[in-house]
Amino acid sequence: MKKEYDIIVVGAGPAGSMAARYASEQGASLLMLEKDRDVGYPVRCGEAITKRNLIQFIDPDPKWVVAEISKFVVYAPDGTEVVFDFGEVKGYMLERRIFDYELAKTASTAGAEILTRAYVYDLILEDGKVCGVKVEYRGEKIEIKSKIVIAADGVESRVGRWAGLKTHIDFRDMESCFQVTASNVNAPQDALQFYLGTNYAPGGYFWVFPKGENIANVGLGVSGDHCKKRSSLSYMNEQMEKFFPDASILTQVAGGVPCSVTLDEITGDGIMLAGDAARQVNPLTGGGIGSGMIGGSIAGKVAGEAIKKNDLSLIHNYKKEWNKKRGKLHLILDKIKEEFFKISDEEFNEIFHKMIKHKPEDRTLNKLFMTALAKKPSLLVEVAKVILI
Amino acid sequence: MFRMAKKGKLMIEILPDKCDFCGACVGVCPEDAIELKEAEIKIIDPKCTNCSKCIWSCPIEVIKFNKDGIEV
Ligand SMILES: Cc1cc2nc3c(=O)[nH]c(=O)nc-3n(C[C@H](O)[C@H](O)[C@H](O)COP(=O)(O)OP(=O)(O)OC[C@H]3O[C@@H](n4cnc5c(N)ncnc54)[C@H](O)[C@@H]3O)c2cc1C
Ligand code: SF4
Ligand code: SF4
Repeated sequence: MKKEYDIIVVGAGPAGSMAARYASEQGASLLMLEKDRDVGYPVRCGEAITKRNLIQFIDPDPKWVVAEISKFVVYAPDGTEVVFDFGEVKGYMLERRIFDYELAKTASTAGAEILTRAYVYDLILEDGKVCGVKVEYRGEKIEIKSKIVIAADGVESRVGRWAGLKTHIDFRDMESCFQVTASNVNAPQDALQFYLGTNYAPGGYFWVFPKGENIANVGLGVSGDHCKKRSSLSYMNEQMEKFFPDASILTQVAGGVPCSVTLDEITGDGIMLAGDAARQVNPLTGGGIGSGMIGGSIAGKVAGEAIKKNDLSLIHNYKKEWNKKRGKLHLILDKIKEEFFKISDEEFNEIFHKMIKHKPEDRTLNKLFMTALAKKPSLLVEVAKVILI
Repeated sequence: MFRMAKKGKLMIEILPDKCDFCGACVGVCPEDAIELKEAEIKIIDPKCTNCSKCIWSCPIEVIKFNKDGIEV
């Protein structure tokens, strides 16, 4: 470890690793710091990703792909099932403890240095400008200087705050989650299953995602408003008892997903935010692996460019690039989320009853949203925009 | 509006033995009053204003409001 780098990345999740890789590819000297002992562990994630998002960055590899997804099965509160069959592989289930590791390896192959067990506890600030980080590493306190810090520190997002960025999230937008990886769970290997309704997970959904023969990630997310009244753990205990009373629990995790639009400010003087820390999660689905990788890769490219051209003001182009690629889409998805979660259980049941009347080939996700939002014509325009993107 | 902490006492208590170190509470804390390391968590006195948002976001109910306050 040197005393100074061009760029320091805090957090070695998907966003951090992509930022590190794309900046290193442009020749910047870079150090990525991770507080945990292992990159990729513990896994606080349902581990589903769309094919479109994944293949932009890495080819699917049987080492970390545990299932290929070609169907969504969605359940209404009264149990009515609607199957969306895409007829081809549209997504993957990952083994993230291996996947995150592989992503970090791509960063290190590009030239990045990586260190785990390195907890960043503060920033070095000079006249309000970020000039590096203060790290606790194996009981020792070390200061490391850099021209740019990329904070990819996940849902906590503290590093940005130390630079004066407002990163805390409204508790109503925080999906409070609990998930188990369980065996003795018989789930279809080609489908993601979602259960909607206030009895399962108000303001969110209950999910069953396949992880190989007889194993699945089973979890749920409840929006902050609802979690205030009853915790996700208590919802989860009820669902496990109801659906999988014989399951063996191999892993259990709590977690928070910031489901909101991206922060207004994702850059400051010498600092950039990426991934969950920048609130780059898809606000409707809570998926943040793919969008975090996209955010991280843009941050890394822009930072690498700023170093190469020796013009640090270029980092502020990041927001524009992000908005072009995802930010604007997230604004629309967030509006749809707001309306979607206002739909009552009875209305969901009605919508699903209408859906099953369509021929299977006409049951598309777009149609679901169209039917769901038919009462709100203004939102139909928004949905149409998403479909066109 | 928020209940003031008694001097030298915190009213929000995280039960470290039960915490999963997931960071949800840290993300919602408006005051940056929670420090989270790999498997260590604590509320930083005197930043905490007792607003209770961390309590509401915790998936596993391990943050409690302690009306008598805890010595720090
Ligand atoms: C229960 C649950 C289910 C989910 N399911 C899905 C899903 O199926 N599909 C999907 O796409 N997304 C899902 N998500 C969201 C997804 O997990 C995140 O959006 C994604 O991991 C974000 O990546 P990231 O790189 O921004 O942050 P993270 O992956 O959280 O990485 C941040 C890293 O920063 C480190 N760090 C934090 N602070 C410091 C510090 N001070 N010093 C050093 N290191 C630090 C952390 O230890 C961590 O490793 C789920 C989330 C949860 C909680
Ligand atoms: S009570 Fe409010 S200020 Fe105190 S730690 Fe919790 S969220 Fe932060
Ligand atoms: S939200 Fe709950 S489980 Fe998660 S870190 Fe905070 S206290 Fe621990």
